[in-house]
Amino acid sequence: MSGVSKRQILSIYKFLIREAEKFPNYNFRAYAVRRVKDAFHDNKGITDPKQIKKQYDFAMENLTMIRRQIIVGDLYRTDKLVIENVQ
Amino acid sequence: MFRLSKNIVPSLSKALLKRSNQDQSNSILVLLQGPRLLSDKAKPGKFAVQHEDFGRPLYFDAQATTPVDPRVLDAMLPYLVSYHGNPHSRTHAYGWESEAAVEKAREQVAELIGADPKEIIFTSGATESNNISVKGVARFYAPRKKHIVTTQIEHKCVLDSCRALEGEGFKITYLPVQENGIIDMKDLEKALTPETSLVSIMTVNNEIGVKQPIAEIGAMCKSKKVYFHTDAAQALGKIPINVNEMNIDLMSISGHKIYGPKGIGALYIRRRPRVRVEPIQSGGGQERGMRSGTVPTPLVVGLGAACDIAKREMAYDHAWMEKLSQRFLDKIYSKLSHVIRNGDPKQTYPGCINLSFAYVEGESLLMALKDIALSSGSACTSASLEPSYVLRAIGTDEDLAHSSIRFGLGRFTTLEEVDYTAEKTIKHVERLREMSPLWEMVQEGVDIKTIQWSQH
Repeated sequence: MSGVSKRQILSIYKFLIREAEKFPNYNFRAYAVRRVKDAFHDNKGITDPKQIKKQYDFAMENLTMIRRQIIVGDLYRTDKLVIENVQ
Repeated sequence: MFRLSKNIVPSLSKALLKRSNQDQSNSILVLLQGPRLLSDKAKPGKFAVQHEDFGRPLYFDAQATTPVDPRVLDAMLPYLVSYHGNPHSRTHAYGWESEAAVEKAREQVAELIGADPKEIIFTSGATESNNISVKGVARFYAPRKKHIVTTQIEHKCVLDSCRALEGEGFKITYLPVQENGIIDMKDLEKALTPETSLVSIMTVNNEIGVKQPIAEIGAMCKSKKVYFHTDAAQALGKIPINVNEMNIDLMSISGHKIYGPKGIGALYIRRRPRVRVEPIQSGGGQERGMRSGTVPTPLVVGLGAACDIAKREMAYDHAWMEKLSQRFLDKIYSKLSHVIRNGDPKQTYPGCINLSFAYVEGESLLMALKDIALSSGSACTSASLEPSYVLRAIGTDEDLAHSSIRFGLGRFTTLEEVDYTAEKTIKHVERLREMSPLWEMVQEGVDIKTIQWSQH
């Protein structure tokens, strides 16, 4: 049985957050960080190893997607939003 | 060219130097922000619009269109970059891989609405889907039935299709709506005749966000054996829709309202019992002959991915919308009086908030809120200053219809943006009211409606 260890989960969580914070677009960045946090929070109670593996693979898929999309977003940067300049 | 700019630069810097002599303390700032300061100094006073912030405006027009979700773009890119085959090419691998992608997307769209993939037709958008539904059904069944029922608050493309059919000799009933924007089921029942071939009523209104009782309308249409078409462009992916439970026979779907690409949409058309339509476009007979033309693989893949995400994220997104809209409304209502929400506050999609700020002219408020991308109504009619026909249909007074603004929230709207927008709206409404003589009279207790305006 090749289960997903707690360390692996923590590590992918950190990776996802770190990558999500790199989105050049303010709205995508805010959404990605919020979505990752909420998804891990909502799935905290899962104990079934099969489910955990499924969620882990989904997180992995999203991590590679985010990395690709950060590159695309970087290619076509825009000016910052009003709200980013206020903060 | 060069000489021209050579002449301009010294004269400009001379003007700036003159300014910087006046207050030498911030001469660097003046040089950087010269034009901004100049325009602000030009019209001082508390009534001037002062845009202290700079940057791109915040997007608050999710009913007009939505940004493409990065996950959708990620699904589309391979079909723009690597797999360019025509999905209708049956003789080589390029065609097969594109066809497989299109069929997968068809399944994803069908999955979201509880339909069979064979019942999904890809079109260029909800406008085309509405045209095919309304004109297609009407013309196909024209020999026996020549009556169509719709509402006064439908999208322009449905109303215009009906107008075109009127020219062809069809009879159209435009149902009125109640003050909350929802149709009266008794009106609908009365409007249905044995002559009626189609009822077309939108699920969620694009301007005021009200949800029509689709399941009840579907049941009534089924019992009277009338086809039921609904324009779900604003509803799909935001509220649960099931074509079988709601007895929907035709449904229009748009890609760019659900974080998908523009230029793609779909039409759900029931197979059992079969609904027949007369195609509008002639050609190669793609999409079961109802919509000829090569299916755009990347766009279709994008629509499929958008539907897939919408299905997964619907509950999460809806909870977020409710949180944001509640926060926004609480802020507005706590600081401003005489604010009217257009449309039913309960039977509504929370991401569409249409507010009328009494004694404020809508266009001037829009101009003042230039840091926020807003609209007074639908994008199609945003160029004209006429009050929206939707607001007129729900019985909004002319002056209130002129002062309405639609706040469209979406998946990517943040709490900070909502706070910023609410704050700015409150500030500018208060400022505009302060200079309004009408507002002054209201504060003194004069009823505006009783005033006899003298004629010149």
